[in-house]
Amino acid sequence: MESLPFFNQLLQFIVTGLTIGAIYAMVAIGFNIIYNVTEIINLAQGEFVMLGGLVMVTVHVMWGVPLPLAFGLTVLGVTLVGVLLDRLAIRPIRKPSVMTLIIATVAASIIIKGVAMLIWGKSPYDLPAFSGRTPIDLGGVIIQPQYLWVVGFLVVVAIGLTWFFNRTIYGKAMSACADNPDAARLVGINVRHMVLLSFALSAAIGAVAGLTLTPIALMDYDRGAMLAIKGFGAAILGGLGSFPGAILGGLVLGLIEALSAGLLSSGYKDAYALIILLAVLFIRPSGILGNLEVTRFKRF
Amino acid sequence: MLEIEKLSAGYGPIPAIREISLAVPEGRVVSIIGANGAGKSTLLKAVSGLNRNKSGRILFHGQSISNLPAHRIVGLGLSQVAEGRQIFAHMTVADNIQLGAYLYYRRRHRAEIDQRMDQVYAMFPILAKRAKQIAGSLSGGEQQMLAIGRALMTRPKLLLLDEPSMGLAPIVVQEILRTIETLNGMGMTILLVEQNARAALQIADFAYVLETGQVVLEGPAAKLLNDPKVKAAYLGG
Repeated sequence: MESLPFFNQLLQFIVTGLTIGAIYAMVAIGFNIIYNVTEIINLAQGEFVMLGGLVMVTVHVMWGVPLPLAFGLTVLGVTLVGVLLDRLAIRPIRKPSVMTLIIATVAASIIIKGVAMLIWGKSPYDLPAFSGRTPIDLGGVIIQPQYLWVVGFLVVVAIGLTWFFNRTIYGKAMSACADNPDAARLVGINVRHMVLLSFALSAAIGAVAGLTLTPIALMDYDRGAMLAIKGFGAAILGGLGSFPGAILGGLVLGLIEALSAGLLSSGYKDAYALIILLAVLFIRPSGILGNLEVTRFKRF
Repeated sequence: MLEIEKLSAGYGPIPAIREISLAVPEGRVVSIIGANGAGKSTLLKAVSGLNRNKSGRILFHGQSISNLPAHRIVGLGLSQVAEGRQIFAHMTVADNIQLGAYLYYRRRHRAEIDQRMDQVYAMFPILAKRAKQIAGSLSGGEQQMLAIGRALMTRPKLLLLDEPSMGLAPIVVQEILRTIETLNGMGMTILLVEQNARAALQIADFAYVLETGQVVLEGPAAKLLNDPKVKAAYLGG
C-alpha cells in the first residue's frame, strides 16, 4: 500500500470528519427542535436514526421498493414512531416535570432498541449507496458519492427548517411555543399539537440521518445511544437550542473525531466527543453560539 | 356578554378568588380594581382558560366556557392581553401580530388578515415602523401596544386587559387608555383589570372592587370615583 502524502491524508480526514459531522448535526438539530418547544432532552433521538437505517434496509433491500419511494416510506414510518413516542410516553404523564419526561424518553429508547433487536436481530445491515460506490478522486482525496448525499441532505434539512420556522405559520407557532407557551395559548395555539409536531419533525430528520449514514457505516439495533450522545455533544457544543449552532457543533465534533482518530489513536474515537462535551460544559456551558441568558432561564 | 357565577379559582388547594360573580354587558367597559394580590390576575386567567383549576360557571354569549382550554376560548372571540405583555420576545413585531391570526390563517382569509394588520398598524403607527425588529427590543409602552395589537388580530368580541398600565410612564398610560376608549367606541366590549384605580375608573362604565379574592364593592364607575372608601383605599385620599 502506497503511503499518502501527509497533506492528502489530512484532507481525507477532513472529508470523512465533515461527513460524519453532518450526521451529528442532523441528530443535534433533532434534539434542538424538541428542546426548543418542550425543554425536554429527547434521549430516544438516536433510536430515530437507528430506525431510519434499519427500516430503510427492510423497505428498500428486503421488499425491493425503489429508492425514492423507500426513502419516503421510511421517513414516514419513523415519523410515526416519533408521534407514538409523544402520545404514549410523553403526553400521558400527569403533572410532568422536565426531568420526568427526559427519563420517559430514556425508557422509550430502551423499548425501541429492544423491539428493533427482536425485529432485525443483532447483526449489522448494509444498504446500497444511493449512487453507487465508485469513489471520486479529487486530486488524491477520495470521496465516496454517499458522502455528498449526507452533506447534501444536511443542507436540504437546514434550508427546509429555515423556511419552515421563518416562513410558515406552523413554524412560527412552534417558535412561539418555545418563546412563551402561555402567550401561545392566548392566540389559540394548541401547545400539545406543537409538541407532537416537534416529535414528528425530529423523528423525520433522525430517519434521514440514519438512512443516509447506513451505506457508509452499516446499521444495527445498538447504534442509537452512541449517536444520541454524539448528537447531544454537538448540540451542547453549538449551544443547546440554536440551529446554526447544531450544524457548527456537529461539523466541529465530526472533524475533531476524524482528525484525532486519524492522527492520534483511533482506539479512543468515541472518547474524544465525550471529552469535548465535558470540556464545553466546564468552560462555556452555553456553547459556541448559545445564549447564556437563555441557558440560565431554561435551567437545564 | 360575559357572565361569571360563583367563580373560585387558584393554584393550590386554597383558592385565590372565592365565589366571584360579575357581568360584562355587550359594548361596555367594565373594570376590576384592587390591590396587588387581590386575585385580579387569577380571575382573568380563570376566564381565559390559562388557569383550569376552578369551580363555578363562566358564560360567554350564554355558552359555558368553564371547561374549555385557553386555545379554544380565544376562538370564540374572547381574547386576553395578559399581565406583563407576554409578547413573543424573540420574534419580530410583524411575526407577533401575524400569530394573532393563527386560528384562521388560511389563504382564503388573506384579505381579511391583511386588512386587520393594516388596522393594527394604523392604530399603532410605531409598530409599523418597528415591524422587522425583535419584539423584546421594544419599550414597555410599545410592547403593550404590540400585545393589544396581537390580541386584536384574534377577531375578539371581548377583550380582557390585565394591568395594561403596569410599569408605564404616565403619558404612555394616557395613550393606552385612549386606545381602549377608541376600541370601545368601535364596539369592542372590554374587561379591564387595573391596580391603577384612577385610570381604570376614568374610562369604565361599571366597576368591581376586589379585596382578598372577593368582590367587596360594585357600582357605576362614576359613583365609585366619589365613594369615600374607594377614595381612601385606592385613589390616595
